Amino acid sequence: MRMEEILSPDEQLRVKDLIVRFYTYEGIVKAVEKAKLNLRRGETLGIVGETGSGKSVTALTILALTPPPGRVEGGSILFRRLNGSIDDILKLSEEQLIRLRGKEISMIFQEPNAALDPLYTVGDQVAEAILSHRLPEMLDRAIKSLREDVKNGNEGFSTRLQLWAYNEMKRNPDSFKLRLVKRLPIIGKIISKKLNQVVREEIVELLRLMEIPDPERVVDSYPHELSGGMQQRIVIAIALACSPLLLLADEPTTSLDVTVQAQILDLIRRLKERFGASIIYITHDMGVIAEISDRVAVMYAGNVVEVAPVIELFKRPLHPYTKALLEAIPRPGATFKSIPGTVPNLVNPPPGCRFHPRCPYAMPKCREEVPELKRVSEEHYVACHLYGGEDRGEHSGGN
Amino acid sequence: MGSIVAAINLRKYFPIVGGVFRRKIGDVKAVDGVTFTIKTGETFGLVGESGCGKTTLGKTLIRLLDPTSGKILFDPRGELPDNPRIGERMNDYDISSVKGKKLKNLRRYMQIVYQNPSTSLNPRMLVKDIVAEPLVVQGLARGREAEERVLQILERVGLAREHLYRYPHEFSGGQKQRIAIARALITHPKFIVLDEPTSSVDVSVRASLLDLFKELQRKMGLTYLFISHDLSMIEAISDRVAVMYLGKIVEIADPRELFNNPLHPYTQALFSAIPIPDPEAKRERIILGGEPPSPANPPSGCRFHPRCKYAREICSRQEPTLIEVKPGHYVACHLY
Repeated sequence: MRMEEILSPDEQLRVKDLIVRFYTYEGIVKAVEKAKLNLRRGETLGIVGETGSGKSVTALTILALTPPPGRVEGGSILFRRLNGSIDDILKLSEEQLIRLRGKEISMIFQEPNAALDPLYTVGDQVAEAILSHRLPEMLDRAIKSLREDVKNGNEGFSTRLQLWAYNEMKRNPDSFKLRLVKRLPIIGKIISKKLNQVVREEIVELLRLMEIPDPERVVDSYPHELSGGMQQRIVIAIALACSPLLLLADEPTTSLDVTVQAQILDLIRRLKERFGASIIYITHDMGVIAEISDRVAVMYAGNVVEVAPVIELFKRPLHPYTKALLEAIPRPGATFKSIPGTVPNLVNPPPGCRFHPRCPYAMPKCREEVPELKRVSEEHYVACHLYGGEDRGEHSGGN
Repeated sequence: MGSIVAAINLRKYFPIVGGVFRRKIGDVKAVDGVTFTIKTGETFGLVGESGCGKTTLGKTLIRLLDPTSGKILFDPRGELPDNPRIGERMNDYDISSVKGKKLKNLRRYMQIVYQNPSTSLNPRMLVKDIVAEPLVVQGLARGREAEERVLQILERVGLAREHLYRYPHEFSGGQKQRIAIARALITHPKFIVLDEPTSSVDVSVRASLLDLFKELQRKMGLTYLFISHDLSMIEAISDRVAVMYLGKIVEIADPRELFNNPLHPYTQALFSAIPIPDPEAKRERIILGGEPPSPANPPSGCRFHPRCKYAREICSRQEPTLIEVKPGHYVACHLY
């Protein structure tokens, strides 16, 4: 396949020239303009940028969940699937996407309070993720456990009924007979008994991994009974329930206190090792970026303006915007440096480089020509006319 | 120079009501026995996690909330003695129970800037009316004169004449916060509570707001109580910092001393949790187990003892008091 050539062997994801526009009454908001990103297997890529830089829209588009009135107007998102094939997420059908979301790519949102449904218990919400993607596995476990019961001589009507139902469910989840039996008053309850038990055990195990104290109690509680930090752990549990290949974390610690943030960052780092997922971590906090990411992409007004390994970026920032961002971090003793001007209105973005009206180094060329993301040294890419670069355009990953 | 505000054993409890008759069944001890003074002209930083009572303390100090017990001393001229004790003379400055007209007059000198300008500005009022409102309420100016003063103050915070006849939604977050600051400054107050004034704006705007605060303080002789959970910002802007945990102040020191040499185990854990914007920085992180206990039912003795790794027997029995271990460095811990 031709696509195989595009993604190098260690690459998990590549976003190429992504264009997302929002059609509003005020005009067309050019939210993401030719964004380029790539992510290697097992890597944590941090995306930093201010409000309106397009970082969240990019993440949602990776799940093909661009919020309306947004539309993807160009580009591709190549993703290495679980079975090894490479697909363009933007070309998948809705049915294929349902199987992809939550299973191969999942997401942690900023507000755990808003991400959880207040009307269902924590257990129900984690179970949803497990049952929709890991049903066969759970059925196998339930059947195995039932067979053991039979061996121990506990064979009764309910055991036989459940065994029949689970085998039927495995063969054909939509079977008419099964649907009919499920409707029967008492029998319907008996049927789901073992399955519920197995799923519950799995959830408790998962919550224990999230370092939630007393998981047996938490399973049956509602989100409002838990603190923000605990809620975020539940959201992470849901995201990791199916061991995804890629985890999108959209400012997961912004609404939390520093001490809880430290706990969650620590947890994410340890879970990454255990689950081996690649992570895209979105934040506006340079401190968090420095702690968690291997490489960093800086976004400004819908463009990726700089990509570099984290140490390189903090030591040798090249793009004037990155420099300004690093200088805007309050430090004791130093005067605060703010970036003059404001983030441009993306209905009418400035021509050429979108940062030029706020840039101290702006040249006439910056007003006319959009700078391409160029490679300036190994692994360090920048979109700025100040730097010549080695090769034009192509932002190729590791090799 | 003297002090402008002092709190002496200040407490603020919120009742928990329950049952059919809405009887009081308990108290949320939001602020529980806090003593400190704020010197005239300084920026007093107050840090702590959410729910530790820092906003309640700020609001109680300027009498937006009535204290349950304790004293608040306030002198608009900023000439309180550094070590105020409750004596005859201090009663003149005691504002913990003033009412009516006297309280209204005091409000001129004490103002507050809230966290989120989108909710603290009335969306149906024009900027000129929002900013002029304190003048009208206080009866200081009205009509053309008020507008003139509004314009002056708007220019001070970096806005202009063209912004007078606009509604809040037409501004960006940073500009809205400037309007809120202008409203707080229009009566020429002496003491301002800044309740997380930069947490709703972006990094690049945050720095310019901090600059503005510093500049206004210099030009208008203001004293700030700067409440925040952003520790690196507190470190950068404050002259002295107090750390709060569960309704108590556990440590007070100047920021450099506090950050380099935190004494209280909670302060140590809190500061070690700040993400450092330097990927090569190596340090030991103290990760606190669990979460802060409920302020309705705080632990006995030192409130931090269930999470403290140095906890001894005495910690669960006796409550430590704030003592000065070094000049200007106060800590409430049995270790010292």
